[in-house]
Amino acid sequence: MTEGLLLPLLVLWPLLVGLGVYALPERASAALQVLGTVAMAGLVVGVLASPEPLRAALGGWAAPLGIGLHADRLAESMLVLTLLVYAAVLLYAQAYFAHGSELARRFWPLAWMLWAGLNAGYLSADLFNLYVALELVGLAAVGLTALTGQSTALAAALRYLLAALLASNLFLLAVVLLYTSTGSLALDSVGAHLAATGSSTWAAKLALALALVALALKTALAPLHFWLPAAHGNAVTPVSALLSALVLKVSLLILLRLWLELAPVLDLALLGLLLALLGLVASVWGSVLALTQRKIKMLIAYSSVAQVGYLFLPLAWLLPGGLGAALALEATVLHLLAHGLAKAAMFLAAGVLVLSAGRDDLASLRGAVAREPLAFAALTLAGVSLIGLPPSLGFAAKWQMMQAALLADQWPWLLWLLGGTLLSAAYVFRVLRLAFLPASEAFEARAPLPQRLSLCALALALLAAFGGFGAAAFSDWLAADALLGHWGGA
Amino acid sequence: MNDWLLPLTLASSLLAGLIIFFLPERSVGWRSALNLGAAVLKLACVAAMLWGTQQGISYELRLPFLPGHELLLRADPLGLLFVTLSAVLWLLTTVYAIGYLEHSPNRSRFFGFFSLCVTATVGIALSGNLLTFFLFYELLTLATYPLVVHRGTPQVLQAGARYLAYTLGGGVVLLAAIVWLQTLVGPVEFRSGGALVALEATAGVENWMLVGIFALFIAGLGVKAAIAPLHGWLPQAMVAPAPVSALLHAVAVVKAGAFGIVRVVYEVFGIEFAHNLGVLLPLAVVASVTIVFGSLRALTQDDLKRRLAYSTVSQVSYIVLGVALFGPAGTIGGLVHLVHQGIMKITLFFCAGNYAETLGVHRISQMAGIGQRMPWTTAAFTVGALGMIGVPPVAGFISKWYLGLGAIEAGLGWVLAVLLFSSLLNAAYFLPILRLAWFEAPPPSWPHEAHAAHAAHAAHEAQPDNPPHAHPTAPDSAPPPRTGDAAPLLLLPTLCAAALALLAGLAAGVPLSPLDWVRFITATEYLP
Repeated sequence: MTEGLLLPLLVLWPLLVGLGVYALPERASAALQVLGTVAMAGLVVGVLASPEPLRAALGGWAAPLGIGLHADRLAESMLVLTLLVYAAVLLYAQAYFAHGSELARRFWPLAWMLWAGLNAGYLSADLFNLYVALELVGLAAVGLTALTGQSTALAAALRYLLAALLASNLFLLAVVLLYTSTGSLALDSVGAHLAATGSSTWAAKLALALALVALALKTALAPLHFWLPAAHGNAVTPVSALLSALVLKVSLLILLRLWLELAPVLDLALLGLLLALLGLVASVWGSVLALTQRKIKMLIAYSSVAQVGYLFLPLAWLLPGGLGAALALEATVLHLLAHGLAKAAMFLAAGVLVLSAGRDDLASLRGAVAREPLAFAALTLAGVSLIGLPPSLGFAAKWQMMQAALLADQWPWLLWLLGGTLLSAAYVFRVLRLAFLPASEAFEARAPLPQRLSLCALALALLAAFGGFGAAAFSDWLAADALLGHWGGA
Repeated sequence: MNDWLLPLTLASSLLAGLIIFFLPERSVGWRSALNLGAAVLKLACVAAMLWGTQQGISYELRLPFLPGHELLLRADPLGLLFVTLSAVLWLLTTVYAIGYLEHSPNRSRFFGFFSLCVTATVGIALSGNLLTFFLFYELLTLATYPLVVHRGTPQVLQAGARYLAYTLGGGVVLLAAIVWLQTLVGPVEFRSGGALVALEATAGVENWMLVGIFALFIAGLGVKAAIAPLHGWLPQAMVAPAPVSALLHAVAVVKAGAFGIVRVVYEVFGIEFAHNLGVLLPLAVVASVTIVFGSLRALTQDDLKRRLAYSTVSQVSYIVLGVALFGPAGTIGGLVHLVHQGIMKITLFFCAGNYAETLGVHRISQMAGIGQRMPWTTAAFTVGALGMIGVPPVAGFISKWYLGLGAIEAGLGWVLAVLLFSSLLNAAYFLPILRLAWFEAPPPSWPHEAHAAHAAHAAHEAQPDNPPHAHPTAPDSAPPPRTGDAAPLLLLPTLCAAALALLAGLAAGVPLSPLDWVRFITATEYLP
């Protein structure tokens, strides 16, 4: 009985906390958030502990029209990532915002609303709810981007809003098309329905194309990344961390789910190749632009454009019956986790340096690096994972992806993965070399920032940098999932 | 206890390094105590494992890592050879570095990364499979970069960028080789006689693939081993402080590459299998070209450290050449040079550091009569230089003797000619230094003394005789020029290293000498 409540609560509880945080005075709201986060941890542990994958149908509506929630291991991985990133970001934000600041009052409710939307996105088992989840995530994210009300932030938020709305509408159109051609909204039966009514595949293909464009836009796959750098780079630091670590991932996860569902019935080989090539373009283009940025947060934002590219690479051979498909899927999930942890850590650490220096261009951060060694250590460790050096989670992801590519006889992609390592190293070391420049002449003695800020970043960075040691266990755990097991058997 | 030796060998320097990062700059005593304590502890661990291995105890540690791949540490004979060299030379270099950096800033950062660097080297030595090797190989790249750019001048940062570009590039190629090989044959553990021999019957693996993988391995490892034309980073990296150069050239980076090649040829492919594949001859050619090229470039360098750097390019390829010579004598020559080159080269770099630190002498043309002023340092330099040329009884003679035998055994007469020509070149770039140092009249004043006299009215950078990286300390805070030889903390390790270089040659026949140990290893590699 209680187990049936776990999944709905994962969506409803953050919404309730968000409302409470909005209504309560500052001190009480801080206490509520601690309680709320602990409760979320409890819920996630409950889901993980369940022997069977959990399912829930809300309001008594069963498929094909029901509000279904389903926790497979893909979703569970994301739930854990989100919990970790949120715990660090919320702790960080409490020290980051000044007491009684107006920014903080706007930040908390939106952040909790975003959490609800993310969880809904991971767990939803039907297309319409995925649309609702995407809409919720998009609105909360746009609101967070505009938090400061400054003109650059507002301009970025407006652009982001337009992109998000366009994406949502395209996705909605895709959902409608799929529903009219199959009569079902349940994600896990769209494929079967399509296979049964083979005549209307043109509608399905159009729907898939629309959905892919929508999700690629949300995931900022080049050339649809135009909204990302300004939005991520100009947002308040805790927001940058949430946006890059989590918001980019939920749309990618939904894309992956659609792909896994439809690839067995439609011929997606060419489409997969196209997406992978766009990913290649993204990773090169993002890296090159990261190399030219003057501001540290913009550099990190462009790095996201580059890293997102790798997530699309496995689509080149992620086809049923394809060798290395299961391995590629696993690598993608590993990369999702690695990038989420590392990128959040990087933004949080960069935020500490910017706060300490009072400026955000790379050259003026030298003194800050000396004052905040822990933040710099976090930046270094996160960078190791981003480059993909062992024993980081990023390395584990790259390793599995390379093996998958070789197994599938797709070795040209290997050159990309290897070359990409050097490109990421080039922009990561643009930041790391700061530590070795002689301290700038105007080395102002500033009061040190609270250690908590750096420690939050460091905790995430450590997980990213040493997560590779858990990769074997994670792989076994993931492979036991029914969906992945099915793909692995193919 | 025996289970703890392996992790303790790594942890001694790792933990010391992590603690040192957080020590305040002024706690010199604690930092030195930690450094030396860790170095002695590591040496004790290695000694215990050497003793244990003689008693037939095997040391192995497996941890789960990537799916289907473990993290494997193992103290096999080859690994013990390298780890002993690292532990001994680390102790010497620690003493030297404490003395050398006495007045420079950022010492906690320096010694932190210094310890990480040694941890990585020891990890490379003790790696039992390819993945573990790669892990420590990349850690070494990362841990060495801060040491190379320690002084933070634009010139140094540029050298650092080049160092990273080369070594990370090499790492990527190495990774390609590892992934390709393991996709074909599964996880590869190092094994005497070659891991692939056991898997020879694997279906779908064709010879051209194995040759391709071998080439990738050599290209990837060859960057750190400074095989021409991949050596470009090494002469530039000599802008690093002297103890770092010593470490880089003797045990850490360059040796890691050479050691990797040894592992790949003997314990991944297996020497017999590699011979049958026909990849040894090209390797011997590449090594020979590098030997001659490095020596020729060394001839024309006036900067002492640069000449030594090109000498390293040449000398490390002796190891590769020995590996490429099929037959026990060549193997012995290559492996024993791994140790001998390390001891001799560290002596030479210590001496170069002594000259620069005590008298401000950086160029060979400034070294006239320096033997009269710094007799002990110059004596040590002489031992190292004679050893590099191959004069008995210094250790280098043993290496060249076995390499020559190996060339004959492998039926490659031209290699003998290469060895002779290269020895001539060695003599041509070392003997003039010795003549200058011992038999020329010293100048009226040395650069540092002149510098002290000019300090009142001339800026530090304006000194025409001093390259920009001349001295880590500001002129005002520098101690007054010494009157005698180098400071005791610099001189002691230098003399110890020189004594080791002599001892390794004189006592080559004694049990547990490098030569004895290498013979033991060689026997295991060629057994059917």
